Amino acid sequence: MKPLLEVTGRVAVLDRPDVDTDQIIPKQFLKRIERTGYGEFLFYDWRLDEDGDERPDFELNREEFRGASILLAGRNFGCGSSREHAAWALQDYGFDAVIAPSFGDIFRTNAGKIGMLAIALPADEVERLMESVDLDSGSEMSVDLERRVIVAPDGREVPFDFDEATRDRILHGLDEIALTLQHEDAIAAYEHAHGIA
Amino acid sequence: MAKTLFEKVWERHVVLEDEGGPALLYVDLHLVHEVTSPQAFEGLRLAGRRVRRPDLTVATMDHNVPTLPGPVSDPMAKAQLDALEANTDEFGIRLHGTGSGHEGIVHVIGPELGLTQPGKTIVCGDSHTSTHGAFGALAFGIGTSEVEHVLATQTLSQLRPRTMLLELAGELPRGLTAKDVILGAIGQVGVDGGVGYVVEYAGDAIRALSMEERMTVCNMSIEWGARAGMIAPDDTTFAYLDGREHAPKGAAWERAVEDWRSLASDPGAEYDTHVVVDVAELVPQVTWGTNPGMVVPVTGVVPDPASFDDADDRIAAERALRYMDLRAGQRIEDIRVDRVFIGSCTNARIEDLRAAAAIVAGNTVDERVKALVVPGSATVRRQAEEEGLDRVFLDAGFEWRLAGCSMCLGMNPDILAPGERCASTSNRNFEGRQGRGGRTHLVSPQMAAAAALHGRFVDVRTLDREPVTA
Repeated sequence: MKPLLEVTGRVAVLDRPDVDTDQIIPKQFLKRIERTGYGEFLFYDWRLDEDGDERPDFELNREEFRGASILLAGRNFGCGSSREHAAWALQDYGFDAVIAPSFGDIFRTNAGKIGMLAIALPADEVERLMESVDLDSGSEMSVDLERRVIVAPDGREVPFDFDEATRDRILHGLDEIALTLQHEDAIAAYEHAHGIA
Repeated sequence: MAKTLFEKVWERHVVLEDEGGPALLYVDLHLVHEVTSPQAFEGLRLAGRRVRRPDLTVATMDHNVPTLPGPVSDPMAKAQLDALEANTDEFGIRLHGTGSGHEGIVHVIGPELGLTQPGKTIVCGDSHTSTHGAFGALAFGIGTSEVEHVLATQTLSQLRPRTMLLELAGELPRGLTAKDVILGAIGQVGVDGGVGYVVEYAGDAIRALSMEERMTVCNMSIEWGARAGMIAPDDTTFAYLDGREHAPKGAAWERAVEDWRSLASDPGAEYDTHVVVDVAELVPQVTWGTNPGMVVPVTGVVPDPASFDDADDRIAAERALRYMDLRAGQRIEDIRVDRVFIGSCTNARIEDLRAAAAIVAGNTVDERVKALVVPGSATVRRQAEEEGLDRVFLDAGFEWRLAGCSMCLGMNPDILAPGERCASTSNRNFEGRQGRGGRTHLVSPQMAAAAALHGRFVDVRTLDREPVTA
């Protein structure tokens, strides 16, 4: 995992509640055994019609949202299936941060594992951020993980909470398995004490 | 200090814990299937790591196996199934593969083999791992990065979740099922009502449920966002487990039962949140929208989006009605179905098939309906055949398939065509879940069986008064 200190870039807005991981990446793309290349399948049925052409009414197809690296989304984003492919697809498509009032627990964890920032803010704060995005020409904003501050398109700074252990791992690009394996003695001691020979 | 069931199981599994930070939890049982594991095994290989405890890891093939006999025709599905076989072989993991006689949906075979036990921590790369909480285990779904972490270390780093007591009060009326209980509860608390919580289901209505029914309830914990659902183990739990292949035997069984009894929440134990749902007046439930919280009684009508207080809910309801091709005010009993699916980790255990067969027996599937029964495991299928349930379904015009996840998520060839409407015993009615453009209504096995016979939704409670006109 590459270290990630901050994200600066274009913002896309997907103001819908309860966007489930089946929409983010439909099941037919879960048959691949690779970890990369899911971006082209992101929101497949919402983004593309039966002929594979872009649906003009889908938010992410708006010109001013092209190339966005930050997604502002509705409550309970990423609910449903545990498929990490949803986080892989968002990241592969270009998103390094998703900001929403709340997330499906498993999606939020998965995002943290691959170094994509899933940031929960109060609903009215997300709404203010959405309102500050210029829907005609597009807007840019920043997410500073080091300072735990979002810099809104209008320059306003919005602090956010982020789980400390995940933040540390993302800031330094650390391999979580390697970190846990440093506790081999404690794991072995647990197994011994609990008769898990 | 009085402790909850969750706290007792959590504390037993803490390997390390930082004050205010995540705990490193030991995992007692890791269930693996073909879809969410190949990248995890590849990660181990790239890093030169081994599987720490192959003996605590069990694999099955379920998500994209065909339910008709014969070879796997989809080359990508085949590659994924082959990868699981090669990976489990390379890392020394038990695999209940297709044709082994023990294959089936991962959340059906864990309990039926006796691998699922009270007090265990159980994880799997599948959100419906919450099913196993019915035994008083702490069980939850994880992503592929976490699958790799568990394979390598047999532990998971977890922030301590909040706790919720969901008390199901009152006596469940006759003819009502566990599926109606959980759909009704989700309708009340909302699809994000459980986010951040581990939920304990309690109350007289829960105590009265069989293990199969408790599994249906816990299975759908994730559908209202809960990290996990748990039910305190009791005599019903122990009677289910006694004699199963991996359950303790002899003196070890006696000791285990004594220990398991101590897991129930202590009187006075505190939860972060306490919610009461009354089931005494419950009516069979049918979903009308595109998430499991969009649900009404079968006696009701499709709601008017304008009736929702919240603006987001109104927009979501309008979208859902468009997708589902329904209009506000339409009677649920007037909605016709094209397909019926009886299956999935929610409702494909032997009791579910018995309940559906009791409705079907001696009747005929509506001529416009294509109906499918997919047993949850090869064992369930065998048992159903020994009881003659396959004949009941086949004689009525149902198809009787091999075990697997099948049309619950449509990764195998069992999918809806665009625009088709399905009464389904599965757990998710998301857009496209059962096939692009397909329309899913979640119901109990009894309600699905009745819909198959009538070609529309009917209230199962009225069936003995209403002749079947097929």
